[in-house]
Amino acid sequence: MFEFPNKTIERSVVELNKADFVSDQMVKWCPGCGAHAILASIANVFPKIGYRKENFMMVSGIGCSSRFPYYVNTYGFHGIHGRANAIASGVKIANPNLSVWIATGDGDSMAIGGNHFIHIIRRNIDVNIVLFNNQIYGLTKGQYSPTTPMGSVTKTSPQGTIEHPFNPGELVLGAQGTFFARAVDTNVKLMTEVMFEAARHDGTSVIEILQNCIIFADKTHGAVTDKEVRDDSQIHIKNGEPLIFGKNKDKGIRLNGTQLEVVVLGENGITEDDLIVHDQYQQDPGLHLMLAKMYPPHFPVALGVIRSAMYPTYDDLVEDQITRAKSSSKILCVDDLLNSGDTWEIK
Amino acid sequence: MSDQTNFIEKEDVVVKFCGDSGDGMQLAGTLFSDAAALLGLDLATFPDYPAEIRAPQNTIAGVSGFQVHVGRKKIETSGDFVDILVAMNPASLKSNLKWTRPGATIIVDADLFDEVTCKKAGYLTNPLEDDSLNGYNLVKAPVTMLTRNALKELGIDNKTADRTRNVFTLGIIYHIFSWKLDSTVSYFQTKFKKKPQMIEANKLVLETGYSYADTVETLGSSYHIAKAKMPAGRYRNITGNVATAWGFLAASERSGRPLFLGSYPITPATEILIELVRHKSLGAKVFQAEDEIAGICSAIGASYTGSLALTTTSGPGLSLKSEAMGLAVMTELPLVIVNVQRGGPSTGLPTKSEQSDLMQALFGRNGEAPLVVIAASSPADCFNYAYESAKIALEHMTPVILLTDGSLGNGSQLFRIPKVADLPSITPPMAEPNDKDYKPYKRDPETLVRKWAIPGTEGLRHRIGGLEKDNGSGNVSTDPMNHQVMTDLREAKVQKVADFIAEQGIVGAKKGDLLVVSWGGTRGTTEAAVEELQKQGKKISLAHFYHIMPLPKNTHEVLAGFKKIIVCELNSGQFVNYLRMKEPDFKYTQYNKVMGLPFTVTELVAKFNEML
Repeated sequence: MFEFPNKTIERSVVELNKADFVSDQMVKWCPGCGAHAILASIANVFPKIGYRKENFMMVSGIGCSSRFPYYVNTYGFHGIHGRANAIASGVKIANPNLSVWIATGDGDSMAIGGNHFIHIIRRNIDVNIVLFNNQIYGLTKGQYSPTTPMGSVTKTSPQGTIEHPFNPGELVLGAQGTFFARAVDTNVKLMTEVMFEAARHDGTSVIEILQNCIIFADKTHGAVTDKEVRDDSQIHIKNGEPLIFGKNKDKGIRLNGTQLEVVVLGENGITEDDLIVHDQYQQDPGLHLMLAKMYPPHFPVALGVIRSAMYPTYDDLVEDQITRAKSSSKILCVDDLLNSGDTWEIK
Repeated sequence: MSDQTNFIEKEDVVVKFCGDSGDGMQLAGTLFSDAAALLGLDLATFPDYPAEIRAPQNTIAGVSGFQVHVGRKKIETSGDFVDILVAMNPASLKSNLKWTRPGATIIVDADLFDEVTCKKAGYLTNPLEDDSLNGYNLVKAPVTMLTRNALKELGIDNKTADRTRNVFTLGIIYHIFSWKLDSTVSYFQTKFKKKPQMIEANKLVLETGYSYADTVETLGSSYHIAKAKMPAGRYRNITGNVATAWGFLAASERSGRPLFLGSYPITPATEILIELVRHKSLGAKVFQAEDEIAGICSAIGASYTGSLALTTTSGPGLSLKSEAMGLAVMTELPLVIVNVQRGGPSTGLPTKSEQSDLMQALFGRNGEAPLVVIAASSPADCFNYAYESAKIALEHMTPVILLTDGSLGNGSQLFRIPKVADLPSITPPMAEPNDKDYKPYKRDPETLVRKWAIPGTEGLRHRIGGLEKDNGSGNVSTDPMNHQVMTDLREAKVQKVADFIAEQGIVGAKKGDLLVVSWGGTRGTTEAAVEELQKQGKKISLAHFYHIMPLPKNTHEVLAGFKKIIVCELNSGQFVNYLRMKEPDFKYTQYNKVMGLPFTVTELVAKFNEML
């Protein structure tokens, strides 16, 4: 097991398991919804992370994804639409000893709460954002979202949408994000792995889950997740390893000038040495951005940890400033404050 | 310095400094009030400035003023009419003359009264030359020229010199009162520690102004104000916004709950944010959020986590926070929302004061979302009411809105410094670790308050949120009967707070001909007006309300003692309509003003006389 850089959160003295995190509430998502697999991944990863179970905190906004806290036996707060990231900012700053997890969707964090999403990332507050991207508004029954592909027919776009969708990865990196990972809801193992990596990362971690909404946007990620195509439309990237994919592991990605290019190993003298070796820790987000933008049909979608760069976190800096102020200020209690500056006695 | 023998003994004097915004009038007023405070006078101040940082020069729109009322008697307002007016330019003279007492001393910078500036202010002729000011004691001081000349020997250019003209006028004022210059000089020494030349320059200009005043015959005699008779204790000068911030810091220390402020800058509330962020040594965590909504939502997150959570704003920001206030009501978490009211609606009058957010504070949320509403009445008592708001929020697990306003927030007053240990204790209802009986919405049968279980505590993991809760278990519930029960409980819980607040006080007899009712920042004026009429033997009393929701338990009894009731407020009648709803047995007359200005004692006395 990796050593956690985060020393502030108390670890459990006993070994925990899945059952420690199952709540007594009935799970009310539709049968076949991708959220069930995300819940299973969380139940897998929390015991692995190994913090005291009382030190986990789940925060959510509104939407199907945001019912999540009720189903996990931790401290939890179900907020209001779009504000999960703002509420969680207060939680983490007020108590940095908590491992804060945010369950949010493409409506909650990309639309109504877009402002809070970019600012929590910019500040690098040490929380973990699990972004359920099903490219549709599910709870309000099928209106398009900011990630719905252009041209999609939905309840509010009978002739097809005329909006350019966000790619969440671009938004994260544009907001100077320090951690971005992507997974698909059909792969619990991968989700568990990237969630673990997110927990290890000091700073705002965003995990985009390509999630299926079986009722209102079924197979919206089909081009990426369908069994027949997934070997050629997904690339599982790993730190320190060359970018190889395909059913026969014979395709790769190289940098041709300033552009990414899909190449076939063995063709035109291409070898593994020509391929990009993934470095998730590099500070410069340039290549990370290019990887985050890859999408079929010309490229496979990058899954795994795309970026995990070290920067100071907001919550650590808050504590540092308080420590410094306490050691240098003459005002150490409110009586000191009340009597500071110009005061005089009247008898 | 000068040998003043010819004193006029005064009870109180109102001084106003006004000029272009950027002329340093706010600073001159502040330095003057600090000097007065150190000399043992009681005082109240009222800054009056435009929303623009630098409005067009020499226009009425750009006039910035700072009024100071000093006296040996108890000073309750910043004063209706000005006794000594400093007017740096024609625009500031024009906009302030109607508030200046006949026979008042007017000090102008004569160098700034030319054809162009007079025209910009809307004067057809130069008021210094057309005899229109004959009824005043006019001092035509060549402030610009004398300041520049004085600083020439220090090698200071005219542009820099002009920035010290405010200090020159301060010198004149100090001469009028025969005050020493020490406190102001020591301010310069601290302020310009790294620029010794500016210490020298400001000191020189201050002395030049003082000496100049010695040569002006029209100034005649000097004023003398004896020390005010105030209760013994240690005092300081404080603005309402700073007092608010300090009240919360005291509540945090006394309750043992760490302070968290989530806030977005907005006039005139920003100073609370600025003040709290200075006190990290007291453990205050201050988060300047990306918007008003994030301000309150981060505070709600911090509250769930166990902090004394605050958000500060003004009217438009309160609108943005409405939905989140409902969340705090539903989750029954402690939270104080400070609304430093300004003129509305919309952006309205950002730098002017009004009491027009009362209905919004009481009812401005979706659903039935009762919360506690408290209003402070003076800059200094912002400390006490901030403290009480925090105490009620923490002990009753409820959001509380604290209403102040721009005049209170920016105005200053003398403040008798309390000892934190003497303040009332604050005991939040913390849940004990591993409490087998803990349920998120299990209530104290007496107060109806639920327990506060803080993340990290062993054996208390639970989930809450904005969906309706089952009473007791706190699970999501859509049961119709439960919703009725919870709606009633939320209301009853807030009403129960009435058992823990002070009874409604009365200034004057409990029975009489006329009861004046006021609330919030108007107390100084309504009290002064009522006392003036009481001295004349009129049967008039004042009931000034601090607790709006819930109302004090004896409210009915207080109102019942009088033949007539008049409710005075700086809006179109919001508190009076609330009283009509809550206490419908009485007939209320209302007196309202929505001009972005405070009441004057004169207008209130006239109105009350009409009714008596």
